Amino acid sequence: MGASQTRSESVYQELMDKTGFSLEQIKNLKKRFLHLSGNEETISRENLDAIPALANNPIRKQIIEAFFDKRNQRSSEVGHLEEIGFEQFVMVMSHFRPPALRTSVEEREVMRKEKLQFLFNMHDTDNDGVITLVEYRKVVEELLSKSGAIGHEAARAIADAAMLEVASTNVPDMAPDDFYEGITFEHFEQILKGLEMESRMHIRFLDVDTSTMRCGKSTS
Amino acid sequence: MPLRTGSAGFGRSLPERGLLLLVVLVVLEGFFLPHGAASSPDVSHQENLDNHREADVGHNFTKKAFPVLSLDYHHIQTPFEISLWVLLASLMKLGFHLIPRLSGIVPESCLLIVVGLLVGGLIKLAGEEVPPVLDSRLFFQCLLPPIILDAGYFLPIRPFMENLGTILMFAVVGTLWNAFFIGGLLYAVCQIQPANPSDLHQLELLPCLLFASIISAVDPVAVLAVFEEIHINELLHILVFGESLLNDAVTVVLYHLFEEYAGVGTVTVMDCFLGVISFLVVALGGVLVGAIYGILSAFTSRFTSHTRVIEPLFVFVYSYMAYLSAEMFHLSGIMALIACGAVMRPYVEANISHKSHTTIKYFLKMWSSVSETLIFIFLGVATVDGPHSWNWTFVTVTVILCLVARVMGVVGLTFVINKFRIVKLTTKDQFIIAYGGLRGAIAFSLGFLLKKEHFPMREMFLTAIITVIFFTVFVQGMTIKPLVELLAVKKKQEAKRSINEEIHTQFLDHLLTGIEDICGHYGHHHWKDKLNRFNKKYVKKCLIAGERSKEPQLIAFYHKMEMKQAIELVASGGGVKLPSAMPSTVSMQNIQPKKPPIAKSAERALPQLTRGREEEIRKILRSNLQRTRQRLRSYNRHTLVVDPYEDGFNELLIKKQKMIDLEKKIKEMNNYLTVPAAPPDSPTMCRARLAQVNASVSVSAKCRHSISTAILLSGRDTDFKPAQQQKGNRICEDPQAYSMKPASGNVPSIQVDLASPQSPESVNVIDEFRRANREEDDQGLVMRPRHRPGGPNKKTEEEGDTAKDQQKLMRCLSDPGPSAEDDEDEDEPFLP
Repeated sequence: MGASQTRSESVYQELMDKTGFSLEQIKNLKKRFLHLSGNEETISRENLDAIPALANNPIRKQIIEAFFDKRNQRSSEVGHLEEIGFEQFVMVMSHFRPPALRTSVEEREVMRKEKLQFLFNMHDTDNDGVITLVEYRKVVEELLSKSGAIGHEAARAIADAAMLEVASTNVPDMAPDDFYEGITFEHFEQILKGLEMESRMHIRFLDVDTSTMRCGKSTS
Repeated sequence: MPLRTGSAGFGRSLPERGLLLLVVLVVLEGFFLPHGAASSPDVSHQENLDNHREADVGHNFTKKAFPVLSLDYHHIQTPFEISLWVLLASLMKLGFHLIPRLSGIVPESCLLIVVGLLVGGLIKLAGEEVPPVLDSRLFFQCLLPPIILDAGYFLPIRPFMENLGTILMFAVVGTLWNAFFIGGLLYAVCQIQPANPSDLHQLELLPCLLFASIISAVDPVAVLAVFEEIHINELLHILVFGESLLNDAVTVVLYHLFEEYAGVGTVTVMDCFLGVISFLVVALGGVLVGAIYGILSAFTSRFTSHTRVIEPLFVFVYSYMAYLSAEMFHLSGIMALIACGAVMRPYVEANISHKSHTTIKYFLKMWSSVSETLIFIFLGVATVDGPHSWNWTFVTVTVILCLVARVMGVVGLTFVINKFRIVKLTTKDQFIIAYGGLRGAIAFSLGFLLKKEHFPMREMFLTAIITVIFFTVFVQGMTIKPLVELLAVKKKQEAKRSINEEIHTQFLDHLLTGIEDICGHYGHHHWKDKLNRFNKKYVKKCLIAGERSKEPQLIAFYHKMEMKQAIELVASGGGVKLPSAMPSTVSMQNIQPKKPPIAKSAERALPQLTRGREEEIRKILRSNLQRTRQRLRSYNRHTLVVDPYEDGFNELLIKKQKMIDLEKKIKEMNNYLTVPAAPPDSPTMCRARLAQVNASVSVSAKCRHSISTAILLSGRDTDFKPAQQQKGNRICEDPQAYSMKPASGNVPSIQVDLASPQSPESVNVIDEFRRANREEDDQGLVMRPRHRPGGPNKKTEEEGDTAKDQQKLMRCLSDPGPSAEDDEDEDEPFLP
């Protein structure tokens, strides 16, 4: 028992280093993970699909898919997993960590890139580095999927308008025979510059006070 | 009203006062509008005023009242004087903006106070009694509500709600801290000061606290006036501004509490408890009253679809009623107004017509802007007027304590808040928040309300209040702009929201809600989502009429954007800009992306323009559009986003004429360069066509009319084939169909028709064509929506019929036009 305790502690330590979560946060996430998986080692799509609160989320499918996407594991692998363990779960969650009080410009930049990459991966389903019009339309359609028939019609128009906008802001001088393939990551960054992803794309993880206590001490 | 009561006391000297005002007005007018920039309405005003002056002067000299004249003046006195003040205020505002250097250095509020001082001084010099312009009733019932309503109606809800905790902390705890810190220390200073035992020793603790509670509240009017000019980032703006709005409840309670007990002299624990209860009642009651009126207003607007003209009125009247109702119970009127405006806006906007929306916007901006100007001028006048009793110790200590308390309060509170905030407030942010704590006219008006019998030190209080106001508005208000630049505080991005940002805002909302749900932790996003769903399910159905109640936010946004573009398109006569589903902030660029998809099919037929020509076209376009951008950049609350094509319309027409000429040249040049268009078939082509369809779907509605116009125009050029034209028109009724087969539907048939151009008729045709061309040159102002380089769809069209036949005919007759010859030389390599 004691041995397994220390073993899990060391595993946690490793995870903390990897993801930047505090020990309490990791323990909380572990609790949630076990709850979701029904005390199994891994989580499958069905487990996540069964969360009642998610039922009304229009982009539920994409969110769940993001958990099983290898690109979000901070490794260079590509493809999809069938089941994820706790480590992968935490890795995906770590994309939603709030920024710390004192971060250098470079750190913020890295953080922003990471978060944007996560979003980008959600859109770029075939992993070819560009969000094509078809993919983008799918995103908007999903987004409006809860609003019935009007949503479906409008989604197309909106995606087209959005695509046009991306093309025009990023490649203003297109020759007539050029064709805009789709949104590359650079263009994606460009169009979402105004949203300040680094400070907006975060959620409050439970037991967050431990991390803020650290911040408080550093200010005083 | 207060003006009337005020002036009734010195009715004897009314004519002189009127005269004085006139003189001031005329002098100032001459002073501020010397650049010949005064527009014609002003001149007519001046003439009117001169007439009045003559009448008044005559009256003045005789000393014996002409009954008719004096009777006349009394009759109209109050509204006349009010109009004069408003006119003075508006002209002052006008004047400042005519001197760009001045408004660049000094904030408008400072200048207006100076003007007020001057006017007050002039009135005083003339030996008149200064009207009590900043009378509390006038201020709270007439001048303040428009400003607050404007702020509340256009309150950026999202950042406000996201930072509500911080704002409340600053507004409630911060103001309390300020009040007690300043009041307590002020009292202590007054007690330990032995040198001047006469005045300050008599000051008790409660009056001190009352004074401190008046002076400690940050003023929304001053904050708005200054912060709008420095264009600070959204977070800081909403923090300081939100604080200034929400601290009203604290101020009201503290004020009434201390005023009540200042007479009694003792405060028990029970009173403190009651004070807390009272605060909750005042704040929440104000919000509740506002929300009720807001919902009523939204509900009313549901039924206004048949009487559009009075729609805007409901917004104003309900809001004002909310304010008055709240004031009736001594609730926080400001909070009621804010709540009312914020609650009604989303629903009202969905219900009312676009024009009513514009009306509301303009009215609110106009009223608030005039009110603000008047308040600052009146502040100046009241300063000159007021019975002052200057006490060095008291005033200096007050100013210093105000600064110290503010800084300490902000730093201390931020320390606490940062533990809970995820986006922490940096030291720079704290500095700007502390430094932006400006005091203003509300404090003065509250001080003005104090009764002399209860507060013998009223005059000293007023003097100190005015000093603090002047210190904050002048010193802090003038230095905050350079400081913001020095510290490189993040500024507000001016760009309008793009559709991509809107999509991703929504996406992010859902994503974060989803992640929270997966985490099993119900945070902000979860509850916000719940609220949104409730709103969509029940509230919207009750308050919004018809289909729009079911419209998701993203679609509403898209429709709004489309609408805006449609209006711009109409305003610009369908030219210059490509009608696309893009926001207008992207200027030149929106033309380009259209090109790839559509030009693809036209590529074979349409040779490239030369670099030089393209540059030329681009330059013209850019010079047009850059001006638009500049105008947008200088946006502030009082200048609405103007339709960029409204002002420079004449210039635009000239430019357009140029464009038409240019395009004609290009067209003529192209006459020689055409090859029959092959039907597109390669795989890339298919992809392009797919994209092209999308593009045309998104703009279809707006494109339609321009396309058919183009066809009609070309129809005039080649009016020997009416049947063909009709066919073309029919095809173009459906833009999608049109863009799918521009080559196959239109062009070949024309070709067939013109296969035998050698007939004598064709000579006539050429003549006719030339004549038509020339006529068009002369007309110049004909709205021709096809003079842009990025509209290859039009060009294909053109080429399809006109160009090609002309080319053939020309070749037969070997008589190229003069202008065409020039182009021929230039574009040698493209000759077939």
